[in-house]
Amino acid sequence: MIGRELLIAARYPAEILNPLVFFLMVVALFPLGISPEPEFLSLIAGPVIWIAALLALMLSLDSLFKNDFDDGSLEQLLISPSPIAMMVLVKVITHWFTTVFPIILLAPVLALMLHLPAEGYGALFLTLLLGTPTISLIGGIGAALTVGLHRGGVLLSLIVLPLFIPILVFSASAIEAANMGMLYNPQLAILAAMLLLALLAAPFATAFALKISINN
Amino acid sequence: MPQALLRAENLLFEYDDLLLFEDLNFSARPGEVIYVEGPNGSGKTTLLKILCGLIDPVEGQVYWQDQRINSAASHYRENLLYLGHHAGIKSSLTARENLKWLLSLRGVRGRVEIEHALALSGLAGFEDIPCGYLSAGQKRRVSLARMFISNEKVWILDEPFTAIDKGGVATLESAINQHAEQGGVVFITTHQQMNLTVPTEHLVLG
Repeated sequence: MIGRELLIAARYPAEILNPLVFFLMVVALFPLGISPEPEFLSLIAGPVIWIAALLALMLSLDSLFKNDFDDGSLEQLLISPSPIAMMVLVKVITHWFTTVFPIILLAPVLALMLHLPAEGYGALFLTLLLGTPTISLIGGIGAALTVGLHRGGVLLSLIVLPLFIPILVFSASAIEAANMGMLYNPQLAILAAMLLLALLAAPFATAFALKISINN
Repeated sequence: MPQALLRAENLLFEYDDLLLFEDLNFSARPGEVIYVEGPNGSGKTTLLKILCGLIDPVEGQVYWQDQRINSAASHYRENLLYLGHHAGIKSSLTARENLKWLLSLRGVRGRVEIEHALALSGLAGFEDIPCGYLSAGQKRRVSLARMFISNEKVWILDEPFTAIDKGGVATLESAINQHAEQGGVVFITTHQQMNLTVPTEHLVLG
């Protein structure tokens, strides 16, 4: 299963590159559109990178189950004796690894461009590392619910974006604390707790949502 | 009389207010081939999906060896081969890779069997070409190759012969014959005349 997902991703490099380029563009718009002042940029660097990563991730979530739905792989998956939640988890993890992980790797470069204070890099990297998998897992539920709809992308964003607010709030607060040289362990702990909860519950919810989508 | 493998009781299905079928009762014993017939839009595909457990009927139940398919789900699924209009063939993957995945879903790994099945379904020499480059008939043959590595008892085939040439149809017919002779059950929709040597039943919808 993992091998197949990676193989498909490798044969469509655009699927990996598009969110990455989107991420780059959105972040680049801020200095152009607001102000290139280093003092100002250093204030908004963390949240801007986070929001751009969130949007890039949302963009790619739409296609998480779409192709499988269109070509019948999803039906084969649902009638296979293997546990569906497990397969869903594998799919979400490979999706995260192929589309989101490159974004996280690119983030420090963009942080440099936006003059993020040196103390903030660790917090930015760690919050992205702990926060984005939760977003993928929760977004997967939305993607599963909207997979049968023709223009499900916008609806998907409307359903799941509000759920990401806590993640964004704690991540931004962690980065801000780090910028001021304070400890940000509590925020990280909360992000980790959300990730664990999502890991436990989201695959089952997604599997159930897929069944509903196929049923209609 | 051997016990029925698959049995449907009082199936009723409707889309919004459009009634597709009601009071549908039938059972399939080992060795039987059941044609599901009816005009376009009469609910053939829906009925097959209900038998797979992909769609829930509005009323009625489907039983696998006298247990509801939802309660015996994992045992039933181990014995179910469903080939729908789109049978999970990824156009970016090769015939071999596609088949390997379809089998791995069922925990089967067999390199030799895959080669053999691809050859039987007439794809020798095309194993390593991404399915997007294959013709419609060849693509269909990739999914039908599953029939040659099947240990599932129930085959549910939705229009398997679409885009398949005469020689291919003959090979598939013999596969269906062989499956029924070994005690399997086949549900099939097709608009094509078939030459089968095993007993057949007709289930007419609409």
